[in-house]
Amino acid sequence: MKKYFLGAVAAAALFAPQAMAQDTIKLGILVALEGAFAAGGADGVRNVELAISQAGGMAGGKKIEFVVAPSDTTPDTAVRQARKLIEQDGVDIIIGPLSGSEGIALRDYAKTIPEKTVINGVSGALETTWVDPAPNFFRFNPDGAQWGYGLGSYVVNEKGWKRVATVAADYSFGYTNFLGFAVDFCKAGGDIVERFWVPLGSSDFGGVIAALPDDVDAIYLGVGGTDAINFLNQYEQAGTETNLIGGTIMADQTVLTSKGRAKDALIGTPTSGWLAEDNDSPEWTSYVKAYQDAFPESERFPSPSLFGVGYYIATTAAIAALNEIGGDLSGGQAKLHAALSSLEHKTPLGVISLNENRQATGTIMINEVVEDGQGGLRNALVGKAEGVTQTLGMSAEDFRAMGLPSRDTPDCAALRG
Amino acid sequence: MAVIERQPAEPYWVERIPAPVWAVGFLLLIMPAVANDFVLFQVFGWTFILGMIALSLMFLAGYGGMVSLIQMSVAALAGYMVAIFGPSGVEALSLFLPWYVYIPVAVVIATIGGALVGALAVRTEGIYTIMITLAIASAFFYFTRQNYGIFNGYTGFNLVVPPQLFGVDWRQPVPFYYLTLGMAALSWLVVVYVSRSPFGLALQGVRDNPRRMAALGFNVTAHRIAAYAFASVIAAFGGILLVWQNAQISPGTAGIPAVIDILVIAVVGGLKRPIGPFIGALIYVLLRSFAPDALSAFGLSTERFKLLIGLGFLLIVFFSPDGVLGLWERWRARRASKADPLRGGSR
Repeated sequence: MKKYFLGAVAAAALFAPQAMAQDTIKLGILVALEGAFAAGGADGVRNVELAISQAGGMAGGKKIEFVVAPSDTTPDTAVRQARKLIEQDGVDIIIGPLSGSEGIALRDYAKTIPEKTVINGVSGALETTWVDPAPNFFRFNPDGAQWGYGLGSYVVNEKGWKRVATVAADYSFGYTNFLGFAVDFCKAGGDIVERFWVPLGSSDFGGVIAALPDDVDAIYLGVGGTDAINFLNQYEQAGTETNLIGGTIMADQTVLTSKGRAKDALIGTPTSGWLAEDNDSPEWTSYVKAYQDAFPESERFPSPSLFGVGYYIATTAAIAALNEIGGDLSGGQAKLHAALSSLEHKTPLGVISLNENRQATGTIMINEVVEDGQGGLRNALVGKAEGVTQTLGMSAEDFRAMGLPSRDTPDCAALRG
Repeated sequence: MAVIERQPAEPYWVERIPAPVWAVGFLLLIMPAVANDFVLFQVFGWTFILGMIALSLMFLAGYGGMVSLIQMSVAALAGYMVAIFGPSGVEALSLFLPWYVYIPVAVVIATIGGALVGALAVRTEGIYTIMITLAIASAFFYFTRQNYGIFNGYTGFNLVVPPQLFGVDWRQPVPFYYLTLGMAALSWLVVVYVSRSPFGLALQGVRDNPRRMAALGFNVTAHRIAAYAFASVIAAFGGILLVWQNAQISPGTAGIPAVIDILVIAVVGGLKRPIGPFIGALIYVLLRSFAPDALSAFGLSTERFKLLIGLGFLLIVFFSPDGVLGLWERWRARRASKADPLRGGSR
């Protein structure tokens, strides 16, 4: 009898409809906690906690609850977990995902849940908000192409590097981030000699390193996470010495704080992205201090990672919009959608607003990796590109005509024109 | 005291079906009345699909003695064929043929693919079969990831949805639940039937003693390849349902972790009976879906959810090398062997 009773209780727990109390708002945090970006994903969760605790656990007069749904950076898992958040956990707003292909999958999924809201975590595929965007999908971070913008003209004009070979990750973020670099680089008169594409999560880069041409000014590296560390290790062992140019996730905290000396190959490498760790604006410094105070040193990065900042800004955007509408989610969250679309979001990185595709326009920082004097590495701010739009300063028609990011797009010669 | 012994009448076929099967079947049929959409679509839909793919492995391993790691790749191949021949969001690559063309084509191509791998693998035994099929599975994964002309590389295909047959949207939770339930039940019945057919019995003979079967005049190699082809059909249908459930397919669908997961599901459920893979799939899906919640319920960090999944499988395999079904059978055997104190003897 006891066995049946236990079974009934278990069944009741499994099938109980989710109690939807009206005085709470439930956030679902969709984040990669497996695979190459697991460390960055964990920082995303930390920043969500920070943003909620800074708001006193309340938004629009309602209590905030959140559920974490771990993914492994594949779109299959991302959609499965998103479905669990919506259907099983009954969340109101999904914050996530983290990586590019997941973002595209979530855009398609978002269209099936028009009465809910998805605020992108930090995924950066251009297509997510450019091709057939979903009306309830909002992205407060610049996309991968925007993150790459500004670096190309910097290396041509300041460093005088005009011939480069590129090694980048063979998936949507790799293409997109590379496109931002290449558009600017080629327009400034640079030439891309050869393009290598390496699979995400590969551990052996020997073949690519051996095939890199010698007669180039620099090598562009568009890999991240553990892939970046593996590449640098093997690059060091091969004894190669060329200037490096980093993609946005190449010199992130996850790489700069890694163990071993291989990362020293990065010293002097210019990168571009959304963050500058030595940014001295008061918003940024107070945010970094709050981050450092909130978590013990062993459980965090020295300063927030790109992934963490993305999730922080997404969560604060949700809270700000909820405060604006007094937490009123009636009518299929129509008010929330309107508030997010018109939000002038004050973030540690300045004010961010969205365009008609619900995509952020933002400032891109150009950094260079330097030694921090204590045996570690850090990024030093060397330049900025202000107000980078989704179309990288081109008209929508020109941008569309260039084609979507892929192995062969953009065509450098055509841009140099 | 002569009692006329009446010859018991041959039971009607319905009466031969044991009561637990009736109970489980009834529960599964009325499930939509009690379960929410997530449980129907995600938990049970996914369970039936993974169960079908693991069932194809169980057929090969349990009746044929061949542990094949290619079944997930065969399923993904069928899924890819549906995306390529049918409709998808990648308009440049998909052919947008009608469903009565692309479903048979997908099944046939996947079956041929599975049979070809089988033809290579049947000449090996034991660990070498595992290695050769694993090698082909990883080759398939890397090929789909780097081939842009057919398989669309890392991105794969999105917006792959089932056809709107009979005015029903088959991706809605309740229709999809019954679709997967029906396909899973059908696969199970077919496997049960085939295992008792002359072909299935010959296959089990080949498993137990291939040399004797060869001496008796059976073509051992042909039986094994036919088993691969038959298992591939089941895996192919599983793969088609999987691509419809996810509405997309990409190389990660048949990545090495997914390939290993199918083996784990089959082993955890039990390789001796066709119902085992479905039990294994249910355990797998429940752990995958609720491990983070279980951790956070105990106030632990959800980052370590994989640990819980691994521990769950470890415990099952540790306590019962032949899976959950083995536990069940051992428990029954122990009950049966307990002597009845009143009548003596067993039971």
